[in-house]
Amino acid sequence: MTAHELVVIGGGPAGLAAALAAWEQGVRDILILERDNQAGGILNQCIHNGFGLHRFQEELTGPEYAGRFIDLVKQTDIQIRTDTMVLELTEDRVLHTVSPQYGYETFRAGAVILSMGCRERTRGAISIPGARCSGIFTAGAAQRFLNIEGYMVGKRVVILGSGDIGLIMARRMTLEGAKVLACVELMPYSGGLTRNIVQCLNDFDIPLYLSHTVTDVRGRDRLEQVVVSQVDEKRRPIPGTEMVFDCDTLLLSVGLLPENELSRQAGVEIDPRTNGPVVWENRECSIPGVFACGNVLHVHDLVDYVSAESEQAGKAAAAYLRGERPAGTEIRITNGSGVAYTVPQHFHRGTDAVEFFFRVRAIYKNAAIRVMDGQTQIARFKREHMAPGEMENVKLPKVLLDRVQGDTLSVEIEEGAQ
Amino acid sequence: MDYDVVIIGCGIVGAACAYELAKHDLRVCVLEASNDVANGTTKANSAIVHAGFDPLPGTKMARLNVRGTAMMGELCRKLDVPYRNNGSLVLSLSESDDGILQKLYAQGVANGVPGLALLDRTQTLSMEPNLSPAVRGSLFAPSAGIVNPWELCLALAETAVRNGAELRLSAPVTAIAQTAGGFCLTTPNGKLTTRYAVNCAGVFSDRIAVMAGDRSFRIQPAKGEYFLLDKSEGTRVDHVIFRCPSELGKGVLVTPTVHGNLLVGPNAAPCDADDVANTAAGMDFVRVSAQRSVPGINFRDNIRNFAGVRANSDRPDFIIEASAAAPGLIHAAGIRSPGLSAAPAIGLEVLELLRQAGLELRKKETIIDSRKRVRFHALSDEEKNELIRTDPRYGRVICRCETVTEGEIVACLHTPIPPVSVNGVKRRVGAGMGRCQGGFCGPRVQEIIARELGIDPTKVLMDWEGTWVLSGETKGGTAQ
Repeated sequence: MTAHELVVIGGGPAGLAAALAAWEQGVRDILILERDNQAGGILNQCIHNGFGLHRFQEELTGPEYAGRFIDLVKQTDIQIRTDTMVLELTEDRVLHTVSPQYGYETFRAGAVILSMGCRERTRGAISIPGARCSGIFTAGAAQRFLNIEGYMVGKRVVILGSGDIGLIMARRMTLEGAKVLACVELMPYSGGLTRNIVQCLNDFDIPLYLSHTVTDVRGRDRLEQVVVSQVDEKRRPIPGTEMVFDCDTLLLSVGLLPENELSRQAGVEIDPRTNGPVVWENRECSIPGVFACGNVLHVHDLVDYVSAESEQAGKAAAAYLRGERPAGTEIRITNGSGVAYTVPQHFHRGTDAVEFFFRVRAIYKNAAIRVMDGQTQIARFKREHMAPGEMENVKLPKVLLDRVQGDTLSVEIEEGAQ
Repeated sequence: MDYDVVIIGCGIVGAACAYELAKHDLRVCVLEASNDVANGTTKANSAIVHAGFDPLPGTKMARLNVRGTAMMGELCRKLDVPYRNNGSLVLSLSESDDGILQKLYAQGVANGVPGLALLDRTQTLSMEPNLSPAVRGSLFAPSAGIVNPWELCLALAETAVRNGAELRLSAPVTAIAQTAGGFCLTTPNGKLTTRYAVNCAGVFSDRIAVMAGDRSFRIQPAKGEYFLLDKSEGTRVDHVIFRCPSELGKGVLVTPTVHGNLLVGPNAAPCDADDVANTAAGMDFVRVSAQRSVPGINFRDNIRNFAGVRANSDRPDFIIEASAAAPGLIHAAGIRSPGLSAAPAIGLEVLELLRQAGLELRKKETIIDSRKRVRFHALSDEEKNELIRTDPRYGRVICRCETVTEGEIVACLHTPIPPVSVNGVKRRVGAGMGRCQGGFCGPRVQEIIARELGIDPTKVLMDWEGTWVLSGETKGGTAQ
């Protein structure tokens, strides 16, 4: 068994940024384990632009954004092991891996950063009725076929779900000569970023059907038709509202799930709301010395925030390796009305400023985010517009946090705030 | 005559017949309409090895079920097919169910089912703590089990091919003519002649019979729909959990699979022979019904729905007999549940019917009766290392969810019955069977198939003929 100070699982944007931050903090023995044949993660197939507006104040493509971090890593002695799959992680931070070059190996890590990313929800996850023909892809799988392999997956397309990957693929398929007939969204609002609705649907006259879903899939061999129905407030299809689209391709963009099989196996506590680990303000999980960041922790909209979060995890891992342990009792964050989840889920009393990331449950206009200590309001932030598809964040400085008396803080939405 | 025996259909029944026949000095050919074996009912069913208390005593179903189930463990061991003898429980949830359990127990004893026991509520719940608190008792059958049905079919067919049987895929029989001393069968790729024919055409077996002038039975296809849940739900129950049977069938069952998932289903509804679509109503029925026996099932962890078509017929028993209208034609038709359990015994039964019809059976001097394939994830650390040293492709994990390596995928593409589709690879090595359902590995499997078979990636199918995946290259094409 080989020992390393820090082992990072996953060489996507989260893992790269976390490793770099740890390096800058003085950690010199860092190993990144990447299952693909190159670092960069899912960014490698995201050839559209729009990455890095916050981070670099310019519009980069996915591979360019990843490239900047890979270049920085190359200037250090951080090792990246590609083509390496982690099969098992134990509670005492032993990793079992397999690779064509080195075979089956085990590593003992002083600290571990979980940055495995997420995967797409599938047809099965939402039990779409209908035929078992070909022509039904998750949007990300289709994106890989087009952008990495160079193949088209069909010519007449319906997209179910208005998540960002689906929206991006609507534009991409159109630019490649396919006809995108409709984007269909179960909820009364889009799950993607507004800028993607505008640039990927509106600019190409692709209709967006809100409060609709696919109620049948037809085709003996290849997909021939999908049936789309309107749904009521309880998301049940309304009979008589069926529209039939003749198409050969159905792309699914119906949500992403953090990939926490390794974390669960190790015994890391998982938050059922995020499907990611429960973390402290420094992104440390329930197992000491194990940190999580990026989409494995909670699904982000923007890679810029992934990078920022991962740097926090990298710094914290470095501090852990120096023997520093956060002091202070636990203050838990609860979800008040209108809030679906928060990250972090808890923090140490007496810590520095904490930035909370969360998602709201519905569309809010002219509302406010309130942070409550029991009946006492600690902070209030006005927002003109909030939507489930756009992650919110509020930063509480130390002076405010020090005022907290109780052992829980609630983040909630106040509607109709002036 | 080109052949002594032609078997029509290579599902589990056809494969079991081929396996037995190929042990003998005979020219055997198997014709399969689809582009792969196990591509009909065999791949879409409950994957249960039934103990044999359901069929009425005295029926072929009863006799062949109990015999097939007794053969299953040894057969699966020899041919390296995942099988687990986990036992089954039929639950009583009402007073009338109690009476049904008594009847099933008596039937089972009459059928020769070993080890049956009626359990009370406490005994039942101690064996399966996640059952409904409404459970009153159960019928425990220790001989029941679970199996990988498509791998069993593949293993039987592969072994038959290794022993000299010929398998023709994409070869549907379109016409049958009786000739002097046999038959002439027409397929799209030409005609072939044979002394004997065995009708194992599943849901299409009545059409084959009619081609030979035999209208003695009709298939009445009935669809069953299923949920396959993530491995996170795979330990919800340990045994096969049945509800009491009704006139609709054995009811919705809940069972672990040999892969470690949880399988829930089926319902029963009349359908067309090739209708494998899921319906919202069918899935709702299965969900609600299953929760009556196992309330805690988390259907949010569903990874796939599917439907299978049962080859029910207008007769109450399996139709395993020599055709009266077409001498030399043996039917193995109407093989509904417990057909999978009975399949190994059906192979022997058909052999006996052929012998009675005049076919001389002489055992070959040497036969192959074993099979082994690499299951990387199940190897020890040392074995993994050793394998990767010999072939580094076993160190490259392609399917992350099920830990299937490139080495395993390449190996299956060079077996006696190589797959021609992404799902064909899935059925052989499990790539794409996991929670992401091929979202990550699908494109890579496609690429490996194209490379190993030397075909263009756009020609690689999802499954059967017509299920194309790629429509062509992008404007930029595939140039790197």
